[in-house]
Amino acid sequence: MKSHPLIRMLDRGSTLFLVLLAAFAIAIPVLNLMVPAGSALHVSTYLVALLGKYVCYGLLALSIDLIWGYVGILSLGHGAFFALGGYAMGMYLMRQIGSRGVYANPILPDFMVFLNWKELPFFWYGFNHFAYAALMILLVPGLLAFVFGWFAFRSRVTGVYLSIITQAMTYALLLGFFRNNFGFGGNNGLTDFKDILGFNVQAETTRNALLVISCLALGVCFLICRAIVTSKFGKVLVAIRDAEARTRFMGYRVESYKLFVFTVSACMAGVAGALYVPQVGIINPSEFAPGNSIEAVIWVAVGGRGTLIGAVLGAFVVNYTKTFFTTGLLAPYWLFVLGGLFIGTTLFLPRGIVGTWAHWRAGVKEKSEAARSAAAEDGMLPTAGSPSTQPSAAE
Amino acid sequence: MRRLFERFAIALLMVGILAAGTLTARAAAYEDALPKFTLDSFSDTADAVDAIAGSGSPHAAALLQALKDQRLLFSATDKKVLIKTADGKLTDAATGQPFTAAPPADLDNVRLNNRLRNLIDAALGALTLMAPDAGKRYDAAQSVFKSRDASAASALDKAIAAEKDAGVKKVMQEARAALTLADESASPADKVAAITIIRDRGDQDAMALLQSLPADSPKEVLAAAGDAKAKIERNLALWSTVQNFWYGLSLGSVLLLAAIGLAITFGVMGVINMAHGEMVMLGAYTTFVVQEIIRTRYPGLFDYSLAIALPLAFLFSAIVGIIIERSVIRFLYGRPLETLLATWGISLVLQQAVRAAFGPTNKEVGNPSWMSGAFDLGGILITYNRLWIIVFTAIVFVALLAMLRFTRLGLEMRAVTQNRAMAAAVGIRTARIDALTFGLGSGIAGIAGVALSQIDNVSPNLGQGYIIDSFMVVVFGGVGNLWGTLVGAMTLGIANKFLEPFAGAVLGKIAILVFIILFIQKRPRGMFALKGRAIEA
Repeated sequence: MKSHPLIRMLDRGSTLFLVLLAAFAIAIPVLNLMVPAGSALHVSTYLVALLGKYVCYGLLALSIDLIWGYVGILSLGHGAFFALGGYAMGMYLMRQIGSRGVYANPILPDFMVFLNWKELPFFWYGFNHFAYAALMILLVPGLLAFVFGWFAFRSRVTGVYLSIITQAMTYALLLGFFRNNFGFGGNNGLTDFKDILGFNVQAETTRNALLVISCLALGVCFLICRAIVTSKFGKVLVAIRDAEARTRFMGYRVESYKLFVFTVSACMAGVAGALYVPQVGIINPSEFAPGNSIEAVIWVAVGGRGTLIGAVLGAFVVNYTKTFFTTGLLAPYWLFVLGGLFIGTTLFLPRGIVGTWAHWRAGVKEKSEAARSAAAEDGMLPTAGSPSTQPSAAE
Repeated sequence: MRRLFERFAIALLMVGILAAGTLTARAAAYEDALPKFTLDSFSDTADAVDAIAGSGSPHAAALLQALKDQRLLFSATDKKVLIKTADGKLTDAATGQPFTAAPPADLDNVRLNNRLRNLIDAALGALTLMAPDAGKRYDAAQSVFKSRDASAASALDKAIAAEKDAGVKKVMQEARAALTLADESASPADKVAAITIIRDRGDQDAMALLQSLPADSPKEVLAAAGDAKAKIERNLALWSTVQNFWYGLSLGSVLLLAAIGLAITFGVMGVINMAHGEMVMLGAYTTFVVQEIIRTRYPGLFDYSLAIALPLAFLFSAIVGIIIERSVIRFLYGRPLETLLATWGISLVLQQAVRAAFGPTNKEVGNPSWMSGAFDLGGILITYNRLWIIVFTAIVFVALLAMLRFTRLGLEMRAVTQNRAMAAAVGIRTARIDALTFGLGSGIAGIAGVALSQIDNVSPNLGQGYIIDSFMVVVFGGVGNLWGTLVGAMTLGIANKFLEPFAGAVLGKIAILVFIILFIQKRPRGMFALKGRAIEA
């Protein structure tokens, strides 16, 4: 059964996801800008920013799902790529402040004036141009992932070992970015942004535009992921996930496949970070903390690894829960909930929400089909309990 | 003949009178000097201090100390000098007896200026050079070495002649040499000899002393000083290497303590336990609780608190570990990445539980007396708590090694590590071994917590600080091999401390992390990897 690649890419679930995403991207700005503030349907600007943040988290989760769900690479350092993209965007935004900073220095950001630096470090050159910053948002995380992956995959570092060294990577970056003389604002990071492409980052319209752009980026990246996983290339990836040695013996260059996907995934995480920073208004070294990366992994696990849609869903669900818990009296219990999510998901919901749903649907379908064929054969009514417990893996 | 005898008798008499005279003269010097304090003039006070320092009276040291601390009072009308003791009572300076009469109305402090303070310090230094306590004499000699107060020279000479303790005598001679170097009238030959003594001292103070030598000193003195400086520099470099090595050893043993339990669980079960750091934390909190109970109920047992806490911490952490293994981890075998996530969740829950029970702030865990303090070894300062932790780590390591080698449980654990299926086939109950191994690993983390409570802050985040480092040790050293963990921990600890002086603490750590990331590329299974097919599973 040969079908057009586009049809394979856009199965029912994916189309539904894209339609919902588009509806979301249209509805929220409309409800924020068009509906008067008093109305029950009005969406506050605070909520717009919050949802924009969730969309970025969704994109980060998607990038993790691509490598964890389909290639079996559990990266505990994806927060590093996210933060690097964020820093690239932050550097652009810092340069846009210009002479409006506290020290009114047209070239140097405030923290450099504060540290008595006389000129811009070389790695800050060019960040006043948006195009250059946009290139760096893809290039810096991509390059780090490429170099790191090239070393790691070539020498066949797999499983928990890989997870641990990715964690060491983000930990090393965390330590580095905390230092003032690293040139990225040290402990305080980059903040006090004013403009992005000439628009005020605080303005309502800019916030809505950023939300729409984030949704757009998520949609595009989703399509890229779908294109990868539904192609023949994607089948090899799944083969690597399930039996790496066997795939290698069949003549596939496992490390090249892994390296490609890892790099693509890191670029996506970088984009997510870059869109995240103008919406939250700050980027600081704590984004590199190993805990953040692990938390992002649990979004994927909750939503369902290897489903792409599930990753985005998981990011929304877990982060909504987090907001719900941490903004009220329940704050002390949030870590219990998060810890419980880690334990509960791995024990009781290993397929995640979407995976379990798909599994259940497949089971129901099979059952009814079996019943129907049995009825056709015997000419009798379908009976409950026909043996069709053979689980078919959810695609 | 008779005249001769008379003369002899007179001579004898004279000697007797003379002898009695000196004795009374001495006591008299002290008592004669006292009224000078009542004149309220700096020069008279200075005379009095000189006289009292030379009087040899048993009350001299106490009086000078009181003068220095502004506790010496005088009454101009009564010509009386009184000492106020630390607890506010008055004693008569002349006799040392408590002063019971009503205090005179015009009682006032004897005033001091800087010249007098220096004078008193020197006089006290000279007096303490002859103190009966060797420690006091040692300190006095050191202070003369540092102050280079020329007035102490004669006292020092006397003290050197009288000194019996070799160590104290050496310091005194060094102090004397320092004085000779500072003395302009000393001959070049004496100065060269002094430089030799200073050179043999070989520490920072000696270096500073030689550097302060005036540039217009005689040529041979300068040449000797140059040689000595070079030698001291070499000596200091050697000691700083030894010191780095020592600090590295100490850091390495801390890492080893934290990582060794992890190495066992990972080796036997292939499980990376992210909650391992929290087991360390639980051990530290057990110590805290034990100390709290001892402090409120049985304060006399405080020095034994760690010995009591050790088995309790082991048991508590081990039980928590076994509960975790039985309730969560055993359902996740064969899925190491999921185990990693689940144990991370457990670590969050444990941290938050401790935070809820004890609060988020640091808890104070005291050092028993035998663990506080320090001693000098050559050019480095060795603190007792670091020393004990190294000793303790060595004991734990050896005990564990023996357990794995000589007990039935150890044998079964090794069998499961090498080939789980085969071990099960010959009748080893692998599930039981898993639970016990996890308990053992957690228990060792617990006793590591007891040790770490002595050198680190006890807070809910204690474990987080060690978990990444412990992973690095295990991954670097190789799995399933305690020697690998030992070598890994020591290498990382020592490398860290040697990088710190010129790369800074943070960059040094980053360099280590980068090094391990690169090292893993070369040897993906660590330094001491198990050989065999089981490893590819």
